[in-house]
Amino acid sequence: MNILVCISNVPDTTTKVRFKDNNTAFDDTGVQWIINPWDELALTRALELKEKSNGAIESITVANVGPKVTEQTIRKALAVGADKAIRVDAEPKDASYVATQLAEVVKNGSYDIIMNGIESSDYNGSSVGSMLAELLDYPSVSSVTSLDIENDEVKLVREIAGGKESVETELPFVAVVQKGIATDPRIPAMRGIMMARKKPMEVLQPVDAEPLTDFVEFEMPEPKGECRMVEPGNEKELIELLHNEAKVI
Amino acid sequence: MSVLVYNQNWDGKFKKASYEILSYAREVADHMGTEVTALSIGNVEEDELKKLAIYGADKILSADDERLAGLENQAFSSIIAQAAEQENASVVIFANDFTGKAIAPRVSIKLKAGLVPGVVDVPSSYDPLKVKKKAFSGKAYAHVEVKTPVRIIALEGNSFGVSENRKEGVVETFHPELRDEDFRTKVTDVNKVTDKILLTDADIVVSGGRGMKGPENWQPLEELANLLGGATACSRPVSDEGWRPDEEHVGQTGKIIAPDLYIALGISGAIQHLAGVSGSKVIVAVNKDEEAPIFQAADYGVVGDLKEVMPNLISAIKEFKKE
Ligand SMILES: Cc1cc2nc3c(=O)[nH]c(=O)nc-3n(C[C@H](O)[C@H](O)[C@H](O)COP(=O)(O)OP(=O)(O)OC[C@H]3O[C@@H](n4cnc5c(N)ncnc54)[C@H](O)[C@@H]3O)c2cc1C
Ligand SMILES: Nc1ncnc2c1ncn2[C@@H]1O[C@H](COP(=O)(O)O)[C@@H](O)[C@H]1O
Repeated sequence: MNILVCISNVPDTTTKVRFKDNNTAFDDTGVQWIINPWDELALTRALELKEKSNGAIESITVANVGPKVTEQTIRKALAVGADKAIRVDAEPKDASYVATQLAEVVKNGSYDIIMNGIESSDYNGSSVGSMLAELLDYPSVSSVTSLDIENDEVKLVREIAGGKESVETELPFVAVVQKGIATDPRIPAMRGIMMARKKPMEVLQPVDAEPLTDFVEFEMPEPKGECRMVEPGNEKELIELLHNEAKVI
Repeated sequence: MSVLVYNQNWDGKFKKASYEILSYAREVADHMGTEVTALSIGNVEEDELKKLAIYGADKILSADDERLAGLENQAFSSIIAQAAEQENASVVIFANDFTGKAIAPRVSIKLKAGLVPGVVDVPSSYDPLKVKKKAFSGKAYAHVEVKTPVRIIALEGNSFGVSENRKEGVVETFHPELRDEDFRTKVTDVNKVTDKILLTDADIVVSGGRGMKGPENWQPLEELANLLGGATACSRPVSDEGWRPDEEHVGQTGKIIAPDLYIALGISGAIQHLAGVSGSKVIVAVNKDEEAPIFQAADYGVVGDLKEVMPNLISAIKEFKKE
């Protein structure tokens, strides 16, 4: 069995977001790049599954659609234990564009489980995983909080409004994962970093595809007004403010 | 031409979220001078279907089939795409919730229609369609243009509101064509809480952070939520520690919520936490540290110890309710 984990390269979660060129582009000056948090958890789960599979899971591949600079981020995935990496050398123009490139990667390989994160923390598309499944005509399970393999069968739990559902599906399929899938992401150790240098990183040329959407402009939220302070002991005043002024209770 | 809305049901009933996307669709359709078709999948009674007309549906399509009891991403997206074709829809609207996120992208591929998820406002232009969406996990907004003839919007909850706009609302049965391959996932068990207000539906949310000190201290927080008719939430370390269930975790890596009122108790206000709650209309923070960053995001604040402030808040609300 082989697993493919799709990883997106995103600004560190503490990044102060700024825009340039008249607010038409993200200003990446000084930005630290990381593996999208959910993709990191997906990778962690893939590694756990491989380790306890007794060899049934042969390899874990990570794939990214991005320019050469993303290789730094991809190397981190190799350093924590992925076996090989594939990079499609293209700007990730929009979700459908990225999914089209990843679909080619899948068609040219042999994967039983494809893992995606629920969303990229930069453009918040929450789309690529399900689009990929549709392009491949594979089943997909979304908002997955737990993924296990028992006797070659996948057992999933997904979150639904107000609860959880246990779900089974046929291989190959796409799992779109979220919080719960794994707990602590792995931190690369020195040995892992050394080994990562020798692991294969295949670079593919993109196939022709037209993005369907275009991010034309960005905007920062309105700055908040002053916070109105209420002294402890005067909670009654706070409740009155919430009722009369804010009108929320 | 028409605007198609996918209206999810929860055990045969529609919720506020369904009515909100319909109200939004009505506004979009009025702008375009066209009609709204609401699509329901699964078993919903005629009386319930008719309710969709109150919020602006000219026509209601009901696709019911015993295989459609649980969410099956492939089957559902196929039905929606077929309905969009039958209705000659130029805009298709979803709620940006678990279900919307699972199926709207599939419909986008089927219809070769550009999708914008996380939309927070009505389109600023229609030709080409341009909409505002959340980006960078609530830290910014993006304006996205859709370049395809059919456009898909997934609307963020609590961003438009519900408005009545009664229409005729003829109910029609819809018979989609489905393949066996559309049913390759099987729900084997469902575990749902039905007596609690859902975090994502709640108008008021009371949330606790590490400043709550331990799971044993949650009783007053829950009492506050109950008194206000709200839901409970928490910061990430709180769910990571197992003090509270994962489903309550809000923030960049948890749920994104936008209630009318968010009360943060003992939460420092880290940027990743704020990413999940900055859409709230009003934020109240209680923290013993006056320098805590949460006060920069809050509208009202109390600098104090939760051990005193929580009981005071409870009695203040009880008193307020009596009046
Ligand atoms: C990739 C990534 C993703 C993340 N995603 C999320 C996310 O989705 N959601 C999230 O919440 N966090 C997230 N975090 C973690 C985030 O950075 C913070 O660590 C976290 O939000 C802090 O939680 P807290 O406010 O409960 O705890 P703390 O930061 O420890 O704050 C506790 C607060 O309680 C106050 N306090 C203590 N005792 C009392 C008392 N008796 N009375 C009143 N106040 C008191 C303190 O003054 C302090 O401000 C993420 C981090 C990373 C790196
Ligand atoms: N450029 C990319 N390369 C590889 N995978 C990606 C890329 N962008 C997004 N993904 C995957 O798709 C998921 C959802 O991303 P998005 O639809 O952009 O929010 C991510 O968590 C990744 O698993």
